[in-house]
Amino acid sequence: MATTLSPRRATRSTPAARRRGGGWVAYLFMLPYLVIFGGFIVLPAVYGIWISLHDYDFALPVKPWVGLQNYQDLFSPGSRVYSEFWESMRATGIFTVLSVPCLVVIPLGLALLLNRKFPGRTFFRAIFFLPYVLGVAVIGLLARYILDPNIGVVNYYLGKVGLSHTIPWTTDLPWVWVTLVGVTVWWTLGFNAVIYLAGLQDIPPELYEAARMDGAGKVQQFRHVTLPGLRPVLVFVVTTTLLASANMFGQSFLITKGAPGNATRTAIAYIADEGLVSFRMGSAAAMSYVLALFLLVVSLVVFRLFREKEAA
Amino acid sequence: MTTVQETRTSRSTSPTGQSGSPARGPWLSRTAFALTLGVLTLVFLGPLAWMFLTSFKTQNGATQLPPTLLPHPATTSGYHPLLNTTSQTPVIHWFLNSLLAGAANAVLVTVTASLAAYAVARMEFPGRRLLWGMVVGTLFIPPFLFLIPNYIIVSKLAWLDSLWAVIVPSAGGAFGVFFLRQFFSSLPHELEEAAMIDGANRWQIFTRVVLPLSRPALSTLLVLQFLTNYNDFLWPIFVLFSPAHLTLPAGLSILQGAFTINYPVIMAGAAIASIPAIVLFVIAQRSLVESVSRSGLKG
Repeated sequence: MATTLSPRRATRSTPAARRRGGGWVAYLFMLPYLVIFGGFIVLPAVYGIWISLHDYDFALPVKPWVGLQNYQDLFSPGSRVYSEFWESMRATGIFTVLSVPCLVVIPLGLALLLNRKFPGRTFFRAIFFLPYVLGVAVIGLLARYILDPNIGVVNYYLGKVGLSHTIPWTTDLPWVWVTLVGVTVWWTLGFNAVIYLAGLQDIPPELYEAARMDGAGKVQQFRHVTLPGLRPVLVFVVTTTLLASANMFGQSFLITKGAPGNATRTAIAYIADEGLVSFRMGSAAAMSYVLALFLLVVSLVVFRLFREKEAA
Repeated sequence: MTTVQETRTSRSTSPTGQSGSPARGPWLSRTAFALTLGVLTLVFLGPLAWMFLTSFKTQNGATQLPPTLLPHPATTSGYHPLLNTTSQTPVIHWFLNSLLAGAANAVLVTVTASLAAYAVARMEFPGRRLLWGMVVGTLFIPPFLFLIPNYIIVSKLAWLDSLWAVIVPSAGGAFGVFFLRQFFSSLPHELEEAAMIDGANRWQIFTRVVLPLSRPALSTLLVLQFLTNYNDFLWPIFVLFSPAHLTLPAGLSILQGAFTINYPVIMAGAAIASIPAIVLFVIAQRSLVESVSRSGLKG
């Protein structure tokens, strides 16, 4: 290694040139990562398309080519998968539409609260972030226990303060959605709040001072200083929250178990059922590409909306 | 130093406006503020405390109404079935599997990502832009797209029902390389150049100059990656099957089925699973939260 490098180094005299390593040495450094990256990211991304074009039953030796049949089935009413697939897409859609606004607005409120100067600010920031480091399995079991319609503490204390003590949090509409969104907000709000908080601290205090000199009240300061200052952070929060919500799986798998019926079974849960439980992987792969395409379109629309606002 | 102080003093008065509006009454607003924080703290810590307390209750104690806050009588019987390694729910096995898989995955990611990130951050080579574009591009592929094909790939490698399936595939993700590249790029070039003039080769510069300087970033990535792998749920529940091979999150969903109404046992399992995450969080809280907030500002 040293012998091949030294003549090169001699020919390059400027510091900028010296910074450049040899071509193959760089690849040697990247090799371990590239092997895993190639094998489990690049290969499956392409392999998945190939699978989706076959009647790929994992349990059978023959996997005949079916072209776009798996995709056509998803869009033909009356096919085996049609109604279940779209019901699961609807569940993912409902969850996303309900949870994203909550996870954009509530953490912002919390960040504004934590942005005030008071003793123990770091401590409280840590407390609100804490649930986020726990896995969905822990959160799911805990929620199921606390929200149990019969013996759960939530219903008990609701009854105590004169509200209904028989709310079917985990079994019936619309409460299952309240549960799934509420638990997710409780679990992940610290993540967005911390991002907002960093964004708030990047807004120069002089801007607030100038606004106050111009006679702006608190609401006006928020509208004309805070919100514009947070725009790049907002784009990030909305996009990542959108993707995370569309990927929801564990909460409904553990807390509502898809109930009632399959109303809260998300698209990912259905893809996993179809591909990894029933082993119809061609069909499941096709579903995952359709879902990914939906996500791409939604993300582009959201991005467009923010860009237009910026231009206006 | 002076700028920091200036920022602090002006910020302490400006957003709250407490000093400026005596009519509002600073006492009242301060009480309301403290009350809000208190209620929020209860909302965030309460359920976690409830989980730990329930794990020491008897089955009757865990389901009785009105509920009692403290376990009475307190018992560790909820933990007993979890320590039994011959049962269908050997939680202690799952716990060790999770620790092992999480640690192995974190080390694998940190080693491979630091090597790759160093090359991308500090070397000029043909195909660099294209390769980096590809790696960053995969950050935008939703993870469920890999679910079906990776299951088949892992089965062809005969890794189904083994911890290899949990340790290796997720190390292909681009986050670690991305995270470390940002850090390596910020290191001063002069250090490397001085080492080069002294005759050090790339490997020596990497191991003796770059890595020691990057300790904070490397340990943050180790913790983040460990937590991600340790908490992973969707993938392990499908690629692991036999009771002795499960990771803790995958096992917990079985536990829920096996002890349907035995809440002390279920909460004991959840408590055991929470402990490493909470301990790590308490130790690395500052750097974790900072790396999260920086990710938002960059994006």
